[in-house]
Amino acid sequence: MKIKKQSDDDVLEGDLTPMIDMTFQLIAFFMVLINFTQTETDDRVKLPDSSLAKPPEIVMEDPIIIQLTDQSEFIFGRSTLAVNQLQSSLSREYQGIQFSGRDPKDTTVVIRAHGDAAAGEVQEVIQVCQDVGFENFALRAQENIQTFKYIAPTSGP
Amino acid sequence: MKVRNRRRGSDKIELQMTPMIDIVFQLLVFFIMTFKVVSMEGDFNIKMPQAAPSAAPPEQMEFPPLKLYMTANENGDLSSLTLNEQSFEGNNPFVELNRYIQQEIGLDGGPGSARETAEIEIGFDFNLKYTHVIGAITAVSGTKDQRTNEILPLIEKVRFTPPREAE
Repeated sequence: MKIKKQSDDDVLEGDLTPMIDMTFQLIAFFMVLINFTQTETDDRVKLPDSSLAKPPEIVMEDPIIIQLTDQSEFIFGRSTLAVNQLQSSLSREYQGIQFSGRDPKDTTVVIRAHGDAAAGEVQEVIQVCQDVGFENFALRAQENIQTFKYIAPTSGP
Repeated sequence: MKVRNRRRGSDKIELQMTPMIDIVFQLLVFFIMTFKVVSMEGDFNIKMPQAAPSAAPPEQMEFPPLKLYMTANENGDLSSLTLNEQSFEGNNPFVELNRYIQQEIGLDGGPGSARETAEIEIGFDFNLKYTHVIGAITAVSGTKDQRTNEILPLIEKVRFTPPREAE
């Protein structure tokens, strides 16, 4: 029986091309999906669900983000504050916005509150912001698929 | 000068794949570790200046301002939901509320329509869980067409009543 001679090297080389193809595809997938803007979120805050919560079409210009946990902690920037401290921090922010030549009344205050937080505390945040001079608020919620059923208008007799 | 002989038998230039694969796997691990599945977030925009006046005098409005009030039990869960004296009960009172608003206000948003002029004031007990407030805002501010998945807006002017002191 004729035996085929191996090539000069005794090293067997597997074909790496499919593996590299797949690996690059995976990298491309994760690279596209990576989102560094999530750094503004906090793990202590679990937003309430809403079927109407859709990402805004127009990106807000430098919004102020205040977070509220279910342990009554107010997170502003990187620090955890009490309500009375929140007012002084927001006042500084208000002056900063004025100093940069923008109208603070156009600035939106985004409130990210935990679903189990007391709603009265959310109102407290709103009131503090109003006292400082902010007018526009955005209550943030998480999108869910449950929705209210649309009742089609009944046709006339 | 001594020139190293080419490998016998083949003219193929073999690339060193090992460093590239190392780096590629490192990148892959980095992206997998930093990957975070988050659901989409959206906002309910509320314009609420201090001591906000009503958009129009009550006599010019087709509907007087609607007043919604939610009371909480000691755990912070919803115990009652009333809209201008009418209370909504059942397993999910927000579904009932949404249905009522759809019937009363309608989805027609033309100039001067009920939907355009309608305003709602939402009040609640201090300790009510925030998720119920968002549920109420969702119920009054719109509905979704099941077929097209399009959001059909209802009341757009939503305000909060001044907070009540915690009892």
